[in-house]
Amino acid sequence: MRFLLDAEQREFTASLDAMLTAADTPSVVRDWSRGDHASGRALWRRIAEAGVFALAVPEAYEGLGPRPVELALAFVELGRHAVPGPLVETVTATTLLASLDDAGPAKRLLPALVSGESAATVATGAYALDADMADVRLALSARPGPPLGELEDGGGESSPTRTPAELRLAPPPGPPRPSLDPGRRLFPVVPHGGELLATDPPLAPALLLARLTTAAQALGVGLALLDRTVAYVKQRTQFGVPIGSFQAVGHQLADAKIALEFARPLLLGAALTMTAEDVAAAKVTACEAAYRTARTALQLHGAIGYTAECDLSLWLTKARALRTAWGNPDECRDTVLSGGRRW
Amino acid sequence: MDLAFTQEDEAFRAEARSWLHAHVPASPLPSLETEEGFAAHRAWEAELAADRWSVVNWPTAYGGRDAGIVRWLVFEEEYYAAGAPGRVNQNGISLLAPTLFDHGTQEQRDRVLPSMATGRTVWAQAWSEPEAGSDLASLRAKGVRTEGGWLLSGQKTWSSRAAFADRAFGLFRTDPDTPKPHQGLTYLMFDLRAPGVTVRPIRRLDGKPAFAELFLDEVFVPDEDVIGEPGRGWRIAMSTAGNERGLMLRSPGRFLASAERLHDLWRSHSGPANTGTRVADALIGARAYQLFTYAAASRFLDGDTIGPESSLNKVFWSEYDIALTETALDLLGEEGELADTDWSERYVFSLAGPIYAGTNEIQRDIIAERLLGLPKGRR
Ligand SMILES: Cc1cc2nc3c(=O)[nH]c(=O)nc-3n(C[C@H](O)[C@H](O)[C@H](O)COP(=O)(O)OP(=O)(O)OC[C@H]3O[C@@H](n4cnc5c(N)ncnc54)[C@H](O)[C@@H]3O)c2cc1C
Repeated sequence: MRFLLDAEQREFTASLDAMLTAADTPSVVRDWSRGDHASGRALWRRIAEAGVFALAVPEAYEGLGPRPVELALAFVELGRHAVPGPLVETVTATTLLASLDDAGPAKRLLPALVSGESAATVATGAYALDADMADVRLALSARPGPPLGELEDGGGESSPTRTPAELRLAPPPGPPRPSLDPGRRLFPVVPHGGELLATDPPLAPALLLARLTTAAQALGVGLALLDRTVAYVKQRTQFGVPIGSFQAVGHQLADAKIALEFARPLLLGAALTMTAEDVAAAKVTACEAAYRTARTALQLHGAIGYTAECDLSLWLTKARALRTAWGNPDECRDTVLSGGRRW
Repeated sequence: MDLAFTQEDEAFRAEARSWLHAHVPASPLPSLETEEGFAAHRAWEAELAADRWSVVNWPTAYGGRDAGIVRWLVFEEEYYAAGAPGRVNQNGISLLAPTLFDHGTQEQRDRVLPSMATGRTVWAQAWSEPEAGSDLASLRAKGVRTEGGWLLSGQKTWSSRAAFADRAFGLFRTDPDTPKPHQGLTYLMFDLRAPGVTVRPIRRLDGKPAFAELFLDEVFVPDEDVIGEPGRGWRIAMSTAGNERGLMLRSPGRFLASAERLHDLWRSHSGPANTGTRVADALIGARAYQLFTYAAASRFLDGDTIGPESSLNKVFWSEYDIALTETALDLLGEEGELADTDWSERYVFSLAGPIYAGTNEIQRDIIAERLLGLPKGRR
C-alpha cells in the first residue's frame, strides 16, 4: 500500500499545469462562450499533444490506456484552469467506441480523437455538450420499439424488460440553448437520426470514466476557486485590515479546504479501483465540495464576484453545471447505498 | 500509487482477525467511564497485551510488534470490525508514549512503557485548567523546585478517566518570570495517588463518573519524571499534540465499522425520507477518511511529519462522528431516545468531539493561518 503519486505522475501534472497556465485559459473560455472556437481548438491540440486523450484509448488503437489515475490527474488540471470543451465527453466517446464488438468505428474515428484533430461529444439525454465544435457526435437513445406490454418477455416483475440502447453518430445540431455555465454550450439532440453504430453497446465502462473525469474536473474547479479566494482575501482590505484576518472569513475557507482535501483521496482511490461505488462516492463528494467552495468564493469576493467581468465567474458556473452532469448527487448516493461491503 | 496490501500485511490482517474472533467478549463490557467498566477494560488491555496486540506499532522490547503504521491501520480496521471494546489507556498510548519515544530518556521508556502496554498503569492527561482551555499556554498550575524534584500545586480539570486512572502527565509553570506564556513550562508525569493529590469526579453529559478535576497541593515529583528539559515543556507537548488530532487518536477503522453498522440499521428500519442520503454520506465519509489516512500514512513512511494537516483530520472526524450517530438515532425513532443503548452512548460521546483535542474553532484557525497562509487575525 503506497497511496501517493509517483514522480512520473507528479511531473505529468506539473507540466500540464505549466502549459495551461501559459495558455491564458480565461480568454479562451470567453471566446468559446461566444461560439468562437479558434483559440479553444488550438488549446485542444496542445492538450492532445500532452497525451491526455490517449490515456483513455486502449493500446490496440494506439492509445496509452486506459489509465484512470492519470486521467483523473489530468482532469483535475483541466478543471483548475477552467478549460472549456467536451473534454469528459471525448474520453467517454473513445471508451465507448473502443469497447464496441465491431472494431470499424473505432479504427475510423479514434486516431483523430487521440491526436486532437477532432473532438467528440456524447449525449445520453436531451442535450449534447458543444455539439457544434465536436466532429464526432455520439447519441445514445432507447431503441424505438413496440410498447412494453406487447413484448413477449415483459411479463412478470422478476424479469423487467430492458430496452436496448442505440448508439448513433448524430447529424449536425440546430442552435444551442444557453447553459448556466456560458463555457458549456448545450445543443438539443435530434432523436434517432444519423448513422447507427451499435445496438445495446456496453455502456458501463464509458459511463464510469465519464463520472470519474467529471469528479476530477469538479475537484480542480473547487481547488481553483479556493486558491483565487485565498489570494483575494489576503489583498482586499476593509476596516483597515485584510479581510482574510477575520475569523469568520478564515473559518469558511478552512471548511472549503477540508471538503476539498477529503475529496482528493476519494477521487484517486476510485481511479485505482474503478468500482461503481468508489466512483460514485468520488463524484458526489468532489462535486459537493466544489459547489460549496463556489458559494464561499462568491460570498467572500462580495459584489465583484457577482460580475461576469470577474474571472471567478468562469469557475463558479462550472461548479454548478458539473454537479448534475454524468450523475447527480442523489444518483451517486443511490449507487453507494446499493453496494455491499467493499471497504 | 496503489491500494494493495502486501502478502505479509494480509497475513498480519488474518492473524489479527482470528485472534480477535477468538477473544473479543461476546457481550459488550460495561462503559469504561464507570468504575466497574474501567476494571473490565483494564483486564481487556491485559488480555490484548498477553498476545502482543495492545500496542502493535511499538517496538517489541516494550510489548509491541514493531508493526509499522500501515499494519497499525490494518489492525485497527480489524479491531473495530470485530466490535472489540474501547481502549481505556488511549491517552497514554496516543499522547504520552509518542512523547517518550521522541523526548523521553531510555530509563523513562523502560520504566513507563511496559506497564502502559499491559494496562497495569492507566494514564490521564492533565493539560486543561479552569482558566486555560483553548488558551492552554495561559495555564497557572505551578511547579516549584525542591530537593531532587518539583512540588506541584494548582488545579487541573476535564481530565478523562482520571477518577480511576493511576498516573497523569501535564504541563506546569516552573518559571513565572518569562516574557511569553508558553515559556517556562515543564512537562512531567505524576502519581494520581501521591500525597497532596485530590481527585474530584465530574459527571459528564452522559452522567458517567470517570471524568475528573485534580487539586494539587505540593505534590512531589522526582526529577526522573520530568520529560525533556525543564522550561521547554510547551514545545515537547505540542510536538505530540498533532498525534492526538492526527492519525493516532481516531483511526479510520472505527468509522468504517460504524458506517457499516449504520448501513445495516438503515436496511432494517424505515426512517425519515432523507436518511438514505445521510447513510450514503456516512459510508462515503468513512471511505474518504480511510483513504485520506492511507495517504497521510504513505507520506509518513516517506519521512514526512504530520504537521498542521492533522487539523483537517480533527475537524473532519469530529463532525463526521456526530452526523453518523445522529442519523442512527433518527433511524431508531422512539428507541433512539433510550440512553442506555450503544448508539445513544456513541452519540452523546460524539458531541464532545468538536470540543476536546483542541476545539474545532482553534483547528480552523490553524488551517486558515498555517495551511492557507491567511494573516493572523484579531481573535
Ligand atoms: C469529553 C472531554 C474530554 C476531555 N478530556 C480531557 C483530558 O483528558 N485532559 C485535558 O487536559 N483536557 C480534556 N478536555 C478538555 C478540552 O481539551 C477543553 O475543553 C478544550 O481545550 C476547550 O477548552 P474549554 O473547554 O476551556 O473551552 P474554551 O477555551 O473556554 O472555549 C469555549 C468556546 O470558545 C471558543 N473559543 C475559544 N477561543 C477561541 C478563539 N481564539 N477563536 C474562536 N473561538 C474560540 C472555543 O472554540 C469554544 O467553542 C476534555 C474535554 C471534553 C469535552
